[in-house]
Amino acid sequence: MSTRFKTTFAKGPALVCFITAGDGDTAANLDALVEGGADVIELGMPFTDPMADGPAIQAANIRALNKGTTTADVLKLATEFRARHPEVPLVLMGYANPMVRRGPEWFAEAAAKAGVDGVISVDLAPEEDQDLGPALRDKGISLIRLATPTTDDRRLPAVLEGSSGFLYYVSVAGITGKQQAAMASIEENVRRIKNHTEVPVAVGFGVRTPEQAAEIAKVADGVVVGSAFIDLVEKHGSEAPQHLKSLVEGLANAVHSARKATA
Amino acid sequence: MSEHTPNSYMNQPDERGHFGQFGGRYVAETLMPLVLDLEREYRKAKADPEFKAEFEDLLEHYVGRPSPLYFAPRLTEELGGAQVWFKRDELNHTGAHKINNCIGQILLAMRMGKTRIIAETGAGQHGVATATVCARFGLPCTIFMGATDVSRQQPNVFRMKLLGAQVVPVTSGRGTLKDAMNEALRDWVANVHDTFYIIGTAAGPHPYPELVRDFQSVIGREARAQLIERTGRLPDLLVAAIGGGSNAIGLFHPFLDDPDVRMLGVEAAGHGLDGDEHAASLAGGFPGILHGNKTYLLQDEDGQITEGHSISAGLDYPGIGPEHAWLKESGRVDYTHATDKEALDAFQLLCRTEGIIPALEPSHAIAAIVKVAPTMPKDAIICANLCGRGDKDIFTVAEALGVEI
Repeated sequence: MSTRFKTTFAKGPALVCFITAGDGDTAANLDALVEGGADVIELGMPFTDPMADGPAIQAANIRALNKGTTTADVLKLATEFRARHPEVPLVLMGYANPMVRRGPEWFAEAAAKAGVDGVISVDLAPEEDQDLGPALRDKGISLIRLATPTTDDRRLPAVLEGSSGFLYYVSVAGITGKQQAAMASIEENVRRIKNHTEVPVAVGFGVRTPEQAAEIAKVADGVVVGSAFIDLVEKHGSEAPQHLKSLVEGLANAVHSARKATA
Repeated sequence: MSEHTPNSYMNQPDERGHFGQFGGRYVAETLMPLVLDLEREYRKAKADPEFKAEFEDLLEHYVGRPSPLYFAPRLTEELGGAQVWFKRDELNHTGAHKINNCIGQILLAMRMGKTRIIAETGAGQHGVATATVCARFGLPCTIFMGATDVSRQQPNVFRMKLLGAQVVPVTSGRGTLKDAMNEALRDWVANVHDTFYIIGTAAGPHPYPELVRDFQSVIGREARAQLIERTGRLPDLLVAAIGGGSNAIGLFHPFLDDPDVRMLGVEAAGHGLDGDEHAASLAGGFPGILHGNKTYLLQDEDGQITEGHSISAGLDYPGIGPEHAWLKESGRVDYTHATDKEALDAFQLLCRTEGIIPALEPSHAIAAIVKVAPTMPKDAIICANLCGRGDKDIFTVAEALGVEI
């Protein structure tokens, strides 16, 4: 497993930022996120049928595909990102089908070559780990699993088995970008999950403001923000980097201030 | 009923929901606990004589089963070969086989204490069947339907509304069946606590392919008994159209361990398999993962899903039930295809020879019979599933024939 996750989460709560590859000037947008203080990057692999995503990320997927974004383009963005930012953990996030299309070994090899540290496959349940997990682990890439409010204690061990890098706690039973979970529920569930694992727990879904991020960073190891960035990319097009940078600065300050508070 | 020996074709899926390499459970984590619950509850229901009794009572008195088995004398004569028999599932309440499955699933939903029903629909047949059982049992019902399909299937939209359903037009993607299924999954993820998703075909995450097949297998069990009673033997060939494949698996499954019964599934070849304008996932697709299962999918080299096309909105889906993918690979069932034009010709042929207006879906099966029956001896027996009636399709057919009505 890559040491980048370990180094990053050792510093305290981390800000994890998601954007969709091929939507807008992705390389410039990624640079803006890192300059603004993003600790981990999730690069979305566009898919025709993003079943777990709300309208904002659905539209980003369609925009990227309509521009002709291919798997090769996504891997190229990753490779170039890695060259520019050797230290920042990079995660490919998407749906299983584009990842397994040429075989899991092909994908694991290509992702490793591109300098990818982790992969999130939204619709690859732990029960179907055989389709991707072994190939990724073989190449030293973390398969980052998701836990949700419906993942009870009985099921958690199955979710955690074979997961590494960090665990993505989806705080809302729903799709991306919609409502936000009550803080009490987030706190309770993160505590519950942390009883079962040493893997850092990052919390996402519906997080948009520095205030929300600061609250979550008090109880979790990471805060994931996605749809709020996607909205800016859609709204500002080629002007998006400066807007992304200013939003991410606020979020990063909020998340990182929890480091001092807990230190 | 055949014994389920270790070499049986009838003991799929395995305990993890796999039919060979196909099937499985590929869903977002939020849904996994629910899908596992559904499986546990289905196991209990399957073993419960009361559940079975209620299901069968509703099939008999509400749906109108058993559906007749009909020998088609003039079509047989016209084709000049094997005898053609039809399992008349178009005579069911709501006009198609879809209702068999909806009855089973709504009984399961109520067992699980769910109080709200959602479903996806393409042409509207499954939507109408779902709205029907929801009205029958007094449960609120939301139907997701692609915006394109809403505008081209207005009569079924109105039917669903009459039955008390809320119809939600889906504008994402191209606004057809696959987009409706995406949106239904999004709704389900957000409402897992009280909502049951009635999937319309033998696809989706395990246990859906299994339970839909089991509910639809009433078609094949009846046909098997009726054929033996009427002809004194098993048929030589079964034929059924395939979109997701629920009517075909329903007909085929009870015969899978009868080695002398050949089976033919007929996919929609649209404008032909040489272009992209077809919906033949087995003939023109590759294995992949979509909507909760691994199966053959129409997709490009990057795994992006491509849109199916068929004149029949019910076959216009880029995937196929995982058990068919497995039956193809195992060689037990043969699969072929029929174009829009062949289906239209077959549609008219059945109208004129037998006085039956078939839906465009089974017209594809009839098109395959037109090719295969003349090559078979006159004492051979073909049984095809007439899985839907054609009233819903008369506007589409008129347009295709250049007739203004």
